[in-house]
Amino acid sequence: MNSPLKEREAALMGIGESRLRKEDARFIQGKGNYVDDIKLPNMVYMDIVRSPLAHARIKKINKEDALKIPGVLAVLTADDLRPLKLHWMPTLAGDVAAVLADEKVHFQMQEVAVVIAETRYAAADGKEAVQVEYEELPVVINPFDALLPDAPILREDLVGKTEGAHGARHHPNDIFTWQAGDQAAADAAFANAQVVVKEDLLYPRVHPCPLETCGCVASFDPIKGDLTTYLTSQAPHVVRTVVSMLSGIPESKVRIVSPDIGGGFGNKVGIYPGYVCAIVASIVLGRPVKWIEDRIENLSSTAFARDYHMTGELAATTDGKIQGLRVNVLADHGAFDACADPTKFPAGLFHICSGSYDIPAAHCTVRGVYTNKAPGGVAYRCSFRVTEAVYLIERMVDVLAQKLNMDKSEIRKKNFIRKEQFPYTSAFGFEYDSGDYHTALDKVLDAVDYKGLRAEQAAKRADPNSKTLMGIGLVTFTEIVGAGPSKICDILGIGMFDSCEIRIDPTGSAIARMGTISQGQGHQTTYAQIIATELGIPSEVIRVEEGDTDTAPYGLGTYGSRSTPVAGAAIAMAARKIHAKAKKIAASLLEVGENDLEWEIDRFKVKGMDGKFKTMKDISWAAYHQPPEGLEPGLEAVHYYDPPNFTYPFGIYLAVVDIDRATGETKVRRFYALDDCGTRINPMIIEGQIHGGLTEGYAVAMGQLLSFDAQGNIQGNSLMDYFLPTAVETPHWETDHTVTPSPHHPIGAKGVAESPHVGSIPTFTSAVVDAFSFKGVTHIDMPHTSYRIWKELKKHGLNLN
Amino acid sequence: MSKKLVSISINGKKVEEAVEPRTLLVHFLRENLNLTGAHIGCETSHCGACTVDIDGQSVKSCTHLAVQCEGSDILTVEGLAKNGVLSAVQEGFYQEHGLQCGFCTPGMLVRTYRLLQENPNPTEAEIREGISGNLCRCTGYQNIVKAVQYAAKKLQETATA
Repeated sequence: MNSPLKEREAALMGIGESRLRKEDARFIQGKGNYVDDIKLPNMVYMDIVRSPLAHARIKKINKEDALKIPGVLAVLTADDLRPLKLHWMPTLAGDVAAVLADEKVHFQMQEVAVVIAETRYAAADGKEAVQVEYEELPVVINPFDALLPDAPILREDLVGKTEGAHGARHHPNDIFTWQAGDQAAADAAFANAQVVVKEDLLYPRVHPCPLETCGCVASFDPIKGDLTTYLTSQAPHVVRTVVSMLSGIPESKVRIVSPDIGGGFGNKVGIYPGYVCAIVASIVLGRPVKWIEDRIENLSSTAFARDYHMTGELAATTDGKIQGLRVNVLADHGAFDACADPTKFPAGLFHICSGSYDIPAAHCTVRGVYTNKAPGGVAYRCSFRVTEAVYLIERMVDVLAQKLNMDKSEIRKKNFIRKEQFPYTSAFGFEYDSGDYHTALDKVLDAVDYKGLRAEQAAKRADPNSKTLMGIGLVTFTEIVGAGPSKICDILGIGMFDSCEIRIDPTGSAIARMGTISQGQGHQTTYAQIIATELGIPSEVIRVEEGDTDTAPYGLGTYGSRSTPVAGAAIAMAARKIHAKAKKIAASLLEVGENDLEWEIDRFKVKGMDGKFKTMKDISWAAYHQPPEGLEPGLEAVHYYDPPNFTYPFGIYLAVVDIDRATGETKVRRFYALDDCGTRINPMIIEGQIHGGLTEGYAVAMGQLLSFDAQGNIQGNSLMDYFLPTAVETPHWETDHTVTPSPHHPIGAKGVAESPHVGSIPTFTSAVVDAFSFKGVTHIDMPHTSYRIWKELKKHGLNLN
Repeated sequence: MSKKLVSISINGKKVEEAVEPRTLLVHFLRENLNLTGAHIGCETSHCGACTVDIDGQSVKSCTHLAVQCEGSDILTVEGLAKNGVLSAVQEGFYQEHGLQCGFCTPGMLVRTYRLLQENPNPTEAEIREGISGNLCRCTGYQNIVKAVQYAAKKLQETATA
């Protein structure tokens, strides 16, 4: 390529460029537009009365004192919502959830009543004045206890229902029992196995805890009958459909706007009672109603993640070839099944748990149960339970390596799906599109001098006076993202496609509207880069809009790393439709046949004739000025992209930790993360996403936990206790990459933002366990806090005073 | 509830308003003055999204009453750029990709502004310690550290120029 061509290409700031972000100007000047920044004329405020008890019957609610408080306009309870049939609502998982507690509360901090007042402060005063009388009921916190024959029945509304949304319920506290894989084949592998390992692994309940809590401003126009709601949603179109179905307002008269969102991480996918109540209140009062939850409400009542009690088993040969995998999971879903998974998958994509390995036989069972905890089970920066799956298989491979006295890297190399096996169909039926695990692993082992690290560890172990224990964690994970093919993936019956509409203006600038919504991922920047490369239009003149259901084409939203795999593909396909029309226009303008033209960066030129060309700018003008005969004017396209498959990004992560033998404090000395997300659109943004995902993974592994006492009191539901790492304890991250493009994605991209979360969590556990492995320790449950590690040191006589 | 008159200088502009004594500074800024840059992330002074600068100190405005600020000089994120020109800290965050969702950014910027007044040439450890009262869920801080270093360098260059 000669240099003028390079210059033209660079001017586009297209795919592969570390383009600075378009979003930043408003955020760094305090001009973001988050939901709590929205102020509408005549707006009032809503606050929520919540249950102090985890399981209790509501005897009486007294609103009178609250209504006497100056500024308080209304107090609503389940009885007020009942005539509208809105005291319960459907969940995304096929269950129902109470909007306001109906006769009974099922978890601490459950919504019992709402107070609407002229000001935020008056609403808070009103909330304090609402009196609720409860009769306490026995509480079930442990999911194993929930299934005991004499366990208290938590969901009285489901009594007698032996069939749930996902098959038979065998116990009143049952939600579903779901299986994947081939049980007979897996059992046979175990029956014939030379070596078997088994381990219980708890993935504790955690919370995505974005820095901005959830909230909305609902505004019903009683004259026009229109409902506009500004709402912190990762999926505004789905919210609009649900709101229309619940309220009976035609969908065309419901407008949902996701404004700037202060982080989502899965917490902002679901539909929460606060939204429904604010909408009802706005309809009742004819005034805009704002509801913003506080941090304690956010951590206590909006969607948690994980809470999987897992048992893994591997069958293998004595030389380390894995023959079979069996998994049993008890999933604590809390009071209502409000997981946000594709409809057909009550355990999400958990059956990706055979990981990066060629395992001939596999089977898993996941049983979901009710407890007296908040509902949820969302994908916290991951794709539908992939984090749990990756944790399981990566821990189990380590356990097997230990049993066989094999090195962690060797056992992985031995069992990896080999490059030439792709596309590879797993025992669970997933078709892995592409991968090259061996190359990536070798790259990481070389980069960190793995042999040197092991030698250092051996020396430390030999020294009884060493002040630290050294651990090396290794994880070689495969994600499954980009949900998903609508033949198997839907939300409430709507296929999980995504969409893009592009309009080229007469002067050659463009606007693209998308069905997704950024929560910090930088879509305004990166989407424009895809169009720039596809259409030869500088990204600087491409405006990207998302989040307003009145203007954006229908899409399923942003979660599960689906924006680039699905919407990113929609962009490329819409652009290609425009490209095809542009070619016709160019051929007409140049008076040649389309076959005589070739595309070059930003123009069509007559083959072999550099001087005879039409740029996209020329073509755009012509499309509106004088389109060729037989072609309609204008230059725009819409594409709804239904992916043929998921994408399978992967990564190799290695951590070195030093555990202080006196305090139990774990220092991450080194963390090396190699990611392969296929084609890289904006390396700067990819790096940023990886740093963020690794930090969230560090938080989960080392400190995050939503715990409960026996009465169901949630412990640690403020930032006083719930661990969000500061800059001080956050490790320094080293990043690297390989590029294995997805063969089925139009630009070969796979998605990246969640891989670092998914992959890093087992890496930390792997490192911590590795430090203790010479004492025969095969697993330690998260979170790896200093106190827990100190107890482990003590248990093995390794603690120093 | 009876109101009390407060007189505060905010971003160089004098403001006089009657407020309920219980009004938090962050609500006063956001709701009375429409300065919505400072955000509320936790109400317990842990996250720092509400950080503003009061009389030369970084303060979490979610646990500070507006009436406590009588006679004070307050700087918020809206006051960082001068005459349409971004300050060095704002430029640093933009150039080094020091933000993603942007929710922590105003507090982080105001804190960085003060940190670099206190310590114009901080080490990486001093930067990490200096911003440890401000939480970010998106960036993992690595690029924020770079952004602060960028701003420190730029400020020093401007000072010596």
